[in-house]
Amino acid sequence: MRDNRATRLLFQVAAILFALIVTTGVLFLAKAQPFAAYKYIVLGALGSWDVVTNVLVSWVPLLLATSGLLVTFTVGLWNIGIEGQITLGAIFTTWAMRLMEQSGWNPTLILILAVLAGMLGGALWAMLAGALKTFGGVNEIFGGLGLNFVATALNIWLIFGPWKRPGVASMSGTIPFDRSLWMPIAQGSSRLTPATLVMAIIGILVVYAMIEGTYFGLRLKAVGKNARSAHILGIPTWQYMMSSFAVCGIFAGVAGAVQVTAVYHRLIPSISSGYGYLGLMVAMLVGYRASLAAPVALFFAALNVGSIQLPIVLKLDSSLAGVLQGTLVLFVILGQGVRSRILKKTKVKS
Amino acid sequence: MRGRKKVAMHIELRGITKCFGALRANDDISFAVPSSSIHGILGENGAGKSTLMKILSGFYSPDSGDILLDGKKVRIASPADAIRHGIGMLHQDPLDFPPLKVIDDFILGSRGNLIPNYKNATREFRELADRFGFSIDPESYVDMLTVGERQQLEILRLLWLGARALILDEPTTGISLPQKEKLFATLKKLASEGMTILFVSHKLEDVEALCNRVSVLRQGKLVGSMDPPFETGALVEMMFGKEIALEPKAQLRFGSNVLHIKHVDLEGIRIQIKGLDLQVRAGEVIGLAGMEGSGQTLFLGACAGLAQPVGGSFCLDEDEKDMTGRTYHEFRKHGVAYLPAARLEQALVPGLTLTEHFILSEGMKGLFIDRKKAEALAKSRIQAFNIKGRPDSTVESLSGGNQQRALLALMRDPLKLILVEHPTRGLDIESTIYIWNKLKERCARGTSIIFISADLDEILKYSDRVLVFFAGRVSPPLEARTLSVERLGRLIGGKDWETLEMEAAHA
Repeated sequence: MRDNRATRLLFQVAAILFALIVTTGVLFLAKAQPFAAYKYIVLGALGSWDVVTNVLVSWVPLLLATSGLLVTFTVGLWNIGIEGQITLGAIFTTWAMRLMEQSGWNPTLILILAVLAGMLGGALWAMLAGALKTFGGVNEIFGGLGLNFVATALNIWLIFGPWKRPGVASMSGTIPFDRSLWMPIAQGSSRLTPATLVMAIIGILVVYAMIEGTYFGLRLKAVGKNARSAHILGIPTWQYMMSSFAVCGIFAGVAGAVQVTAVYHRLIPSISSGYGYLGLMVAMLVGYRASLAAPVALFFAALNVGSIQLPIVLKLDSSLAGVLQGTLVLFVILGQGVRSRILKKTKVKS
Repeated sequence: MRGRKKVAMHIELRGITKCFGALRANDDISFAVPSSSIHGILGENGAGKSTLMKILSGFYSPDSGDILLDGKKVRIASPADAIRHGIGMLHQDPLDFPPLKVIDDFILGSRGNLIPNYKNATREFRELADRFGFSIDPESYVDMLTVGERQQLEILRLLWLGARALILDEPTTGISLPQKEKLFATLKKLASEGMTILFVSHKLEDVEALCNRVSVLRQGKLVGSMDPPFETGALVEMMFGKEIALEPKAQLRFGSNVLHIKHVDLEGIRIQIKGLDLQVRAGEVIGLAGMEGSGQTLFLGACAGLAQPVGGSFCLDEDEKDMTGRTYHEFRKHGVAYLPAARLEQALVPGLTLTEHFILSEGMKGLFIDRKKAEALAKSRIQAFNIKGRPDSTVESLSGGNQQRALLALMRDPLKLILVEHPTRGLDIESTIYIWNKLKERCARGTSIIFISADLDEILKYSDRVLVFFAGRVSPPLEARTLSVERLGRLIGGKDWETLEMEAAHA
């Protein structure tokens, strides 16, 4: 077998097929009609302009998280703590909003400051994971997981404690902000906010340019591919690791801010909505290449939104989207492993 | 007890060959080891000793050739397979489990019961330990043991698993003298009971003191065997090859001090260097000779700030700028370059192109990469250093010689001091000559070089002065002109150090 575009494509197509087969098998086990389920997913994601805007609403935080993760993956780090970073972004945004709510300032200014506060929150939480790694010798996966739990606990405490709704605290979150402080919604749509869409698109473009075109990105790559050599070549490796954590935290923070200002208009317990973990999957699926992140994230968002109505129409759980996404990532990575093994063997033979 | 089973094995190797890429690590090696004997395997680093032993103990399978145990052809597929056949290997770094209790470590490799029988195992452990006079508490933890005790534990474990042949890879590195004596006594006792023992070492005196027969490997080939009484000179010649007449070296005039090392103490993982003094002058070349792991790499790393000394100081330049405790990046800023031996692991970044490497090493500033400028830089360096590759070639696609040229091309100019590990290891003659020409050009412009090499000819040919390392001991600087391959070989093998110290005392 040769190492070229054609064989790579072959393996990717095979991975998608296998993922579909496995998911179909799961559907059979659940005694559901697979084709009906797939049909409803497609309809649920593309059936009307309204559901398409829902897909875009879901795409924004997912793409932001993925963009950030591409930076940490470039430097060779598994920033699994991104969930907590999104949560902290949301918490900081909510905090800023609460402070400025009654100020009477221009709503645009308040929203900008709130998003900036979200960036700060995400970045601080990410740099905490980075500091634990750099100075404490705590692997970023363990540190990140631990910080995720802390972030969730902090969030719940705020919702049920200091920021609780007047009267009774509720799982439905803090009291919603005034409509004037919502991220502006597009005409003729119920949820689509053009400003956040622009943020996500600018974000992925910035990450692409950073990784492919800047000295900073090249050094990140060098550290990620071989930290020892990078050190010998004169790159201060730990500073670059910390910077990548900070950049990823900023993106996660924006994702959290979007969730608060444009989607829920308040802080809720599951504010990160699993976009961090989903972003990890997207980043793995695209092989850490920024150029493919936007379309694949859109596909994942469509699966998420499309499966929302499954419980209603087919009495299936909407986590089916997760099954499909998970098996897809698994088979793509498995395909890469199998492929490189076969390549190695043919190389040895020749 | 399992250790008391039939204890005799005749090992025979026939035409063992093993290649790694173009390298023939073992080339048609045949010899036999009868039971009740200790067979020494001598050779310098990279001679193929470890590969051969790994084949015998199931880590590698040979490309061709046969292993015969007691006259029967066997296929050893894995280390577990080897121990089933009765071959146990004691690795240079003990393959044990420091966080475990001794007794847990002891029974780990045994097959059979789901639930280990601690009572029996402890009893058998104690019996075995008593037989050899080892005093290890089965209830203590492995990481509390010294290297020598961990070795003893490994020996006991392998015997308990039924080993009838033992392979020991450099077992005397890092253990104390009494432990070494105990080890030798144990091995002799085992051999007298019928055990077959293969003893791999580069230490001439150990081999001479212990072995019934010695085989010498060089560049993957078996060059000869010898029975006692051993003739050190002949062994050295077999290990390192015939002495080559060297062209007389032009005596260069050296400039002022570039590096002044004052009474430096270094501590490595299993090696300690104490009170090392050295002054390196501009334009001088210092060769570091010694078997791998004798302390040279530790020393070279410390000269670049990659390892920190526990005592003494490093000063740079005439004005004696104290660099002790500074980081590698500061050494680098002051004109020190470090070229590691593992090119793709420690010096270059696989996946990045030559152009990208030049961008990184030049420390180009700005936000966006100036591709045009970078490519022009890459082109000119590729031409100047005669690298067979394009600016967009990834470094791993280059041959070893071209990778080494790339490393030289990546060095900044001017430099005060170049530190090189194995500048020409694995390179062909053309690249070797080219690399040294480039290095010598630098010397002529006042740069000093300190390099490590396992190739004695290279050491003698290119160094002005030589430091010999042996188990953390460092010789005084020896004038390369006055050294012969044989003398150097004896020093590397740990011989003649008393006379060296006497000479130093009289000088």
